[in-house]
Amino acid sequence: MIMPTRMKAWFKSGSPWIWLNAAAVSTCLIMVIAVLGLVTVRGIVHFWPAKVAQFSYQQDDALQTVIGEIVDTSVTPAAMAKSSGYKMADNEESLVQYQIKTGNRDVSGTDFRWILERNVKQQDYPAEMIVVERREWGNFYGRLISVKEAGKIIATGEQAWPVVQEKLDAALLVFKEIAHLEKKEIGSINYSLEQLRLKQRRLELKNLLDDAAKKQLADEKAGFETEYKQYQTQLNALYQQIRRDSLVAKTESGSELEIPLAKVVRVYRPNAMNLIDKIGHYGIKLVEFVSDDPREANTEGGIFPAIFGTILMVIIMSIIVTPFGVIAAVYLREYAKQGFTTRLIRIAVNNLAGVPSVVYGVFGLGFFVYILGGNIDRLFFPESAPAPVFGTPGLMWASITLALLTLPVVIVSTEEGLARIPSSIREGSLALGATKLETLWLTVLPMASPAMMTGLILAVARAAGEVAPLMLVGVVKLAPTLPLDGNSPFLHLDRKFMHLGFHIYDVGFQSPNVEAARPLVYATAFLLVVVIIGLNLAAIVIRNNLREKYRALEG
Amino acid sequence: MSETNTHVKYSSTIKQNSSSYHERWRLMKDLLARYGVIAGGLSVIFAVVLIFFYLLYVVFPLFISAKAELISQYDVPEKSLGKTVLLEMEEQNEVGARFTDSGQVVFFEAATGKTVLVQAVAIPQGAHITSFSQGSPVNEGAVIYGLSDGRAVIVKHQYKVTYPNNKRVITPSLKYPLGEPPLVLDDSGSALEKIAVKVGEDATSIVVKTADTPKGPGKIRLVNFEREQSLFADEAALKRTDSVLDVPVAGIENILIDKEGSNLYLVSADGRLSFFDISDKSSPVLKQAQNVVKPEYKISAITFLNGDLSLMIGDSGGLVSQWSMVKNALNRPEMQRIRAFKVSDKPIVVINAEQRRKGFMTIDADGNMGIYHSTAERELITKRVSDSLPSAAVLSPRANALLAESADGKMHFWHVDNEHPEVSIRSLWQQVWYESYPKPDYIWQSSSANSDFEPKYSLTPLVFGTLKAAFYAMLIAMPLSLMGAIYTAYFMAPGMRQYVKPTIELMGALPTVILGFLAGLWLAPFIEEHLAGLLSLFMIIPVGVMLFAYAFQYIPKPIRQKIPDGWDAALLMPVILLSGWFAFTVSVPLEAFLFHGTLRDWFKSELGIGYDQRNALVVGIAMGFAVIPTIFSIAEDAIFSVPKHLTVGSLALGATPWQTMTKVVLLTASPGIFSAVMIGLGRAVGETMIVLMATGNTPVMDLSIFQGLRTLAANIAVEMPESEVDSTHYRVLFLAALVLFLFTFIFNTLAEIIRQRLRERYSSL
Repeated sequence: MIMPTRMKAWFKSGSPWIWLNAAAVSTCLIMVIAVLGLVTVRGIVHFWPAKVAQFSYQQDDALQTVIGEIVDTSVTPAAMAKSSGYKMADNEESLVQYQIKTGNRDVSGTDFRWILERNVKQQDYPAEMIVVERREWGNFYGRLISVKEAGKIIATGEQAWPVVQEKLDAALLVFKEIAHLEKKEIGSINYSLEQLRLKQRRLELKNLLDDAAKKQLADEKAGFETEYKQYQTQLNALYQQIRRDSLVAKTESGSELEIPLAKVVRVYRPNAMNLIDKIGHYGIKLVEFVSDDPREANTEGGIFPAIFGTILMVIIMSIIVTPFGVIAAVYLREYAKQGFTTRLIRIAVNNLAGVPSVVYGVFGLGFFVYILGGNIDRLFFPESAPAPVFGTPGLMWASITLALLTLPVVIVSTEEGLARIPSSIREGSLALGATKLETLWLTVLPMASPAMMTGLILAVARAAGEVAPLMLVGVVKLAPTLPLDGNSPFLHLDRKFMHLGFHIYDVGFQSPNVEAARPLVYATAFLLVVVIIGLNLAAIVIRNNLREKYRALEG
Repeated sequence: MSETNTHVKYSSTIKQNSSSYHERWRLMKDLLARYGVIAGGLSVIFAVVLIFFYLLYVVFPLFISAKAELISQYDVPEKSLGKTVLLEMEEQNEVGARFTDSGQVVFFEAATGKTVLVQAVAIPQGAHITSFSQGSPVNEGAVIYGLSDGRAVIVKHQYKVTYPNNKRVITPSLKYPLGEPPLVLDDSGSALEKIAVKVGEDATSIVVKTADTPKGPGKIRLVNFEREQSLFADEAALKRTDSVLDVPVAGIENILIDKEGSNLYLVSADGRLSFFDISDKSSPVLKQAQNVVKPEYKISAITFLNGDLSLMIGDSGGLVSQWSMVKNALNRPEMQRIRAFKVSDKPIVVINAEQRRKGFMTIDADGNMGIYHSTAERELITKRVSDSLPSAAVLSPRANALLAESADGKMHFWHVDNEHPEVSIRSLWQQVWYESYPKPDYIWQSSSANSDFEPKYSLTPLVFGTLKAAFYAMLIAMPLSLMGAIYTAYFMAPGMRQYVKPTIELMGALPTVILGFLAGLWLAPFIEEHLAGLLSLFMIIPVGVMLFAYAFQYIPKPIRQKIPDGWDAALLMPVILLSGWFAFTVSVPLEAFLFHGTLRDWFKSELGIGYDQRNALVVGIAMGFAVIPTIFSIAEDAIFSVPKHLTVGSLALGATPWQTMTKVVLLTASPGIFSAVMIGLGRAVGETMIVLMATGNTPVMDLSIFQGLRTLAANIAVEMPESEVDSTHYRVLFLAALVLFLFTFIFNTLAEIIRQRLRERYSSL
């Protein structure tokens, strides 16, 4: 190939290669922005009330009504559509399909369906369309017909809408009360009963179970049982109350469906909402998302237990990792003679940072859970055998495993902070007669505290996003109880817990209805990304401030 | 970085006046703190060493040999009741059973030889026992006695466990599954010379060889009883099918029927094995007949391996060979020798298969016992169990005890400790010929629903998957991150660098579970739909960038000078976006035009390359994304900290910036770049969540970029929660973790040592 001389000179100057290198940076930046953008957009729109469309759709020479939200649109070029078996007219350039979330899983069996745009005869957004969020079977889309109270119709047509709102508010209050009774009060009684059983077994093992003790235990048990019966009668009354009302709605095919209000979370008419209504709806959904328990195998509702579990685990991990990390860094910087040992330690630190996280999980499971936990159980909890207490994955082991995993982050960051402190400060302190410990404790460490903070924040960010080891040492898809509650000893380190990252994996890949759960996963992912990016940005800001500070000191 | 090292110089300022209690306490605290800190610092090394040794500690038992010790030795119980034809032991190793040639069953305490119970099998008057065989050791052990009048008795031995006074008591008994009256197998009443039985849930198959009679030579008869559940009667009726096998019967020594009752093997002493398909009981078909031992040897022992898919054949030359049904080139089943064990130079007297694993025990004529595992091709132990010729031996159902009888009338009871026979270096890393596979292969398949499953613990496909994923990830990550690092460290304006570096490092902070989720649920379907667009992206973007760069120099100078130096990357972002958009737009009609449909279909139909939605390409991109910041950050540091006087010198001598870059900067920083790549590779090898979510996790060995894979890390994450503690599977998973640990240990240590060297060199420059 003959190249013009100018081109040759251009290549010789190396300039094209520099441009290519620049393109690499740009590509990386575009990738970061694209990923963040994707998660943000998909995560944010999830709670926005989408309009419910009504299609008049032709299928096999018959017209049918399809009601639902348009979720996705796919455009396939004619040639490809033909090769995948669609009949295409000659003048058609592409095949347009809509994915509709039709809900009504209890009626139709599926949540979604694809329809062809060319078969849509009419499309409109009637204001009277209602969306019913239910506790089971997913959303319902259709028209409200009437409201029933104890089987009798009390309102129909246009009057039904305000009545439904009113009745639902009442039902939700009752539901809240039921949930409180079941989870808090009865849960606490069950916990106490279990503690009594363990106490009895403990006495038995020590041969201290005499008649007096037996009587005392029986009395306590009887006390709890009467209490339980009271709650049970209360509950029955509440259940009767909540089961009384129901709404009747018409589905897209025209059949009528009765939905008990006890199973309804909310009813709204998205097509009749104005912007302010929508913002209000969005806010309520958002609050529900971060503060409620999950519903329907985690695919709906909130993620509060996962947020709570993540935070608690991270806090316990921080308490463990900070002292160790700081001490190791102090040793490397302040005590050790630079030489073979420090080199060895640096290699060890780098290895700790580089060992795959799943290996930590394996180590944690084998060493912490089965060896340490098994022995703790044998020594301290013989009464609960054969059920393990600490000899099974749980919050404490997860925290310790992650502390080990994030140790290098804290060490490296703290060490960097210590290195930046001018030696004149140490020398001054020593010259004034302070011991090395006092110098360290009163001058060096306080000055390095922002660096430690940085390290800790980075460690927290890493731990919050780590999933692989947690799958082995204590995270579950659905924990019945939070690891922190009102039953003494309040913090239950032996319990399993939920975690945001694992929630994403589990709902996105293990749930039976991935398609329906996907928006929620995006929302969870968005939350996690916000938390982690926020933590990292905080660490960067602190680090930059620190640098400024010492630059001033040195100058 | 300057190393501060103050403690030597300044630690003793207050020592002179440290008289008072308070002063001493301060010094004491100082000293304690010193030791505390030293211990803390060294504990980091301790942690790494602990992880390594703990993993090793769990893995180690996989490779230790079995142990066997003699517990007791005693005279054969009730010796007067006849010679032993079969020895048995129940699951708890407490009670042994001796079936004699006179139709007596002696139950005795395995440890002491004390008789527990003697029971006679119901042999009718006037007939005597002419043949005996064991149905199958599994499923409550049925045995059959063939009689001289053409009849036979099937009997089962059973053990009931009760706990009176919290003590375990095992009560043996006999049961007749097809009723106590003998079954008439040969109407003419000729003696049954050889016999075999298979008692199943619904059907019982019996094959007999009858003795030669004056009327004619003996025959091989197949009798099948099938339980027919009638609608009205509670009692199930037995439907009997009879057939005669059309084969010469002379010399037939052994008859074996497999578990399913569909294959029948006739073995003659001279080493001929005939194999029949008896799925249709009324018309057995001879499938194959061949010699299975060398002409100079005879078959001296034969048995099924657990699962009845393979025959273990021992010959008089001391060789045990495993024959299994293999589909041949014509896809027809055929018996083939898949492996052999040279056990001894003496004839094999007993082969006894383990009941729950693919292991077996052999005893040769000298009384040397050996325990082997077929899949692992491993000799676990050899030991001399008796001084005289052994006559019968059995391994207990849990394969943890052994009972052997020798010709001098002694019974030997041994304990066997053989926890993990399934694993050997060979079965982990080399091709293994598994039962009913057409050829040796690398397979990972750790568990299955049925109990006689052959576990396949080949780590090779997993290591292959790990390296494949890492390779594609590095293919994406290395050019992007290294080129990016070069530009950022050397050409980029400081104002932009200040933002670019943290942004890319932020990329590393993104949880991998989110990357995996996006890769699996968004990227994989996207690529499936836009494969052509994506592939054209790799060509169109560089070309677009080059065109833009070339055109850029023709832009009038005044405009060009307005753009500050070193902001090219920002300038290129719209260019890249535009060429990316162009690639996806133009690829659609192009794909339709060139490939008449999608590129995916074209690959499949024209090149025969299958396409998995979650494949190595998706993993490569997603994991590349995760690895970029790691490599970028370290490489950028290395390039950026190349001493300025080197570059300035080079430029002053007239080199262009690019020449300075390639000839001076890159060479100086190359160790740093190398260590960056090493650390990136370590990360790619150990990454779990992305591969777990973005691949189908199928352990296949296929280089194709459009196929899925399974990595070591993902395999651990998938299987660890389900594996039973301390089982072989659990330990093999630990071994996988150890392998990962070692991989990354090597990469990281290498990288860190190189980096330390580099740091020293920079500080000396």
